[in-house]
Amino acid sequence: MSAIAPTRIDLTPITPASERRLSNRTSLRQTVENTLTMAYRGLVKIRRTPEQLVDVTVQPIIFTLMFAYIFGGAIAGNVESYLPALIPGILVQTVITTSVVTGTQLREDMDKGVFDRFRSLPIARIAPLSGALLADTLRYAIATSITFVVGFLMGYHPAGGFGAVLAAGLLVIACSWAISWIFAFFGVIARTASSVQGISMLILFPLTFLSNAYVPIDSLPAPLAWFASVNPISHLVTAVRDLANAGVIAGDFWASLLGAAVIVLVFAPLTVRAYMRKA
Amino acid sequence: MTTSTSPSTLAVRAESLVKVFGDNRAVDGVDLAVDAGTVYGVLGPNGAGKTTTINMLATLMRPDAGRAEIFGHDVSREPNVVRQLIGVTGQFASVDETLSATENLMIFGRLLGLTCNEAKRKAGDLLERFSLTDAARRPLKKFSGGMRRRLDLAASLLAQPPLIFLDEPTTGLDPRTRGQMWDTIRELVATGSTVLLTTQYLDEADQLADRIAVIDHGRVVAEGTADDLKASVGTSSLILRMSDPADVDDALRAIAQVLGVRGTLSPEAARITAPMSDPDRVTDLLITLREAGIHLTEMSVQKPTLDEVFLTITGRPADAAATDSASADAASEEVRA
Repeated sequence: MSAIAPTRIDLTPITPASERRLSNRTSLRQTVENTLTMAYRGLVKIRRTPEQLVDVTVQPIIFTLMFAYIFGGAIAGNVESYLPALIPGILVQTVITTSVVTGTQLREDMDKGVFDRFRSLPIARIAPLSGALLADTLRYAIATSITFVVGFLMGYHPAGGFGAVLAAGLLVIACSWAISWIFAFFGVIARTASSVQGISMLILFPLTFLSNAYVPIDSLPAPLAWFASVNPISHLVTAVRDLANAGVIAGDFWASLLGAAVIVLVFAPLTVRAYMRKA
Repeated sequence: MTTSTSPSTLAVRAESLVKVFGDNRAVDGVDLAVDAGTVYGVLGPNGAGKTTTINMLATLMRPDAGRAEIFGHDVSREPNVVRQLIGVTGQFASVDETLSATENLMIFGRLLGLTCNEAKRKAGDLLERFSLTDAARRPLKKFSGGMRRRLDLAASLLAQPPLIFLDEPTTGLDPRTRGQMWDTIRELVATGSTVLLTTQYLDEADQLADRIAVIDHGRVVAEGTADDLKASVGTSSLILRMSDPADVDDALRAIAQVLGVRGTLSPEAARITAPMSDPDRVTDLLITLREAGIHLTEMSVQKPTLDEVFLTITGRPADAAATDSASADAASEEVRA
């Protein structure tokens, strides 16, 4: 044969199948561990390809500056008095838009061979999805922090204080994580990553703009005003404004959390089922 | 819930497995029985249904009909048990491109329930054994095809599963790397693993597999040891080349008369191949040919190759079958995506 040394494997003898302790169930503990490991994988990937953080770093800066200086004078008389209304609005819009990327990246990821291996491992079925979504909360945290910092630099002084701002940020991150399950679902069922992007933007654009994020609802024509007042985005924006500007936790806060929980309860099982069928 | 395994020597048992993609019956009633501790080769051209069969056995696809058991555990009813018993190395490297080799193995190890330290130690061991230590920290984008395959196989060995599926483990590898992969597979079996591999290379099945199933158009068309299969086309074959192509008909008649078998004519070079069960009779044939004034430019005896097995069983060479079903293959690829 050849002169090349063969690959040595002197592995210990394999335990026969009949002597193994086997279970057809994955425990909750294993599900959590698998999810954390998959989230770790997501973080390592972000570290390896930092360019994919452009949208969560540059977009908040540009959007905040743009909207403040374009609409500030028209809506609130001047930029500074527009900020308490604008910053929560733009925060919600930016972070939720960011969660679309979760869906497209999941789609791209799933097309790679490594997902075949994940499917063949004895792990919780949900872990490759929940891990990816959990890792993406880092992206939302970055977008949230940058939006607030840009706001402060422009002269935004949230009256609620630091703790309230932090709570508002966490609320937005939690709700975006919940909403990212919707895009994860599209990511799993769509044929290509670009179609995920297309569908998601088509839904998000009207949803975020037909809300109270940028303008007072009473300035809208009646049908739009009705839509904006029932729009869940409006409730989230109001919850953030209440918290950051007054330190108040009101009905909108709980409504947002409830909405987020409902989204997860509906879309997480749907997504996992679609993912399993995709195999 | 812990299920107890009934003692079973069969690592894989498949009965009438069927998978349909649209109107393409990719797998059309496959039966397999693989003894524990052996290497089983599934041989067939592109698009024959090899990968689809493995995907069903490895719980990556649900069978449309039929059933399959891995060490007595049904793949549809106890998928998670089956996953604890198998390692899968797919046709396309199933490792993470953006991560390093170590990171890949660490993550798979953690997913398999190893502690951080165990995973690190195992990853280090495997990387060393597969000569990947030098490249361990580099992202896989810079890996060669052979390195990727080795890492892929290493990842399948982390949990030391008793059954390993290798889907075309050497497709696209250079001869040297291929030889290394073969050695690795042999050593795996020495540790007690069962290996089920698919291949389109006839010599690979011949070299490695204890038993072989020849699969074509989603069906098992022949099954047995390499020797069984070769015996089915005769012990050896006699190859004759005429100096005058016009003589081939007479020569074929003489072969039928003297050896009692039908020769196959390869049209491009007036060459006849005939199964030869009794070498003594060849002398008679040669005398008959000389008396008939048929001159030979070449005469040789060849041990049968699995190529001929394939030709005999399916009625066409393996290569032709590959082009034949290329469109069917493309269809199933699309479904995979």
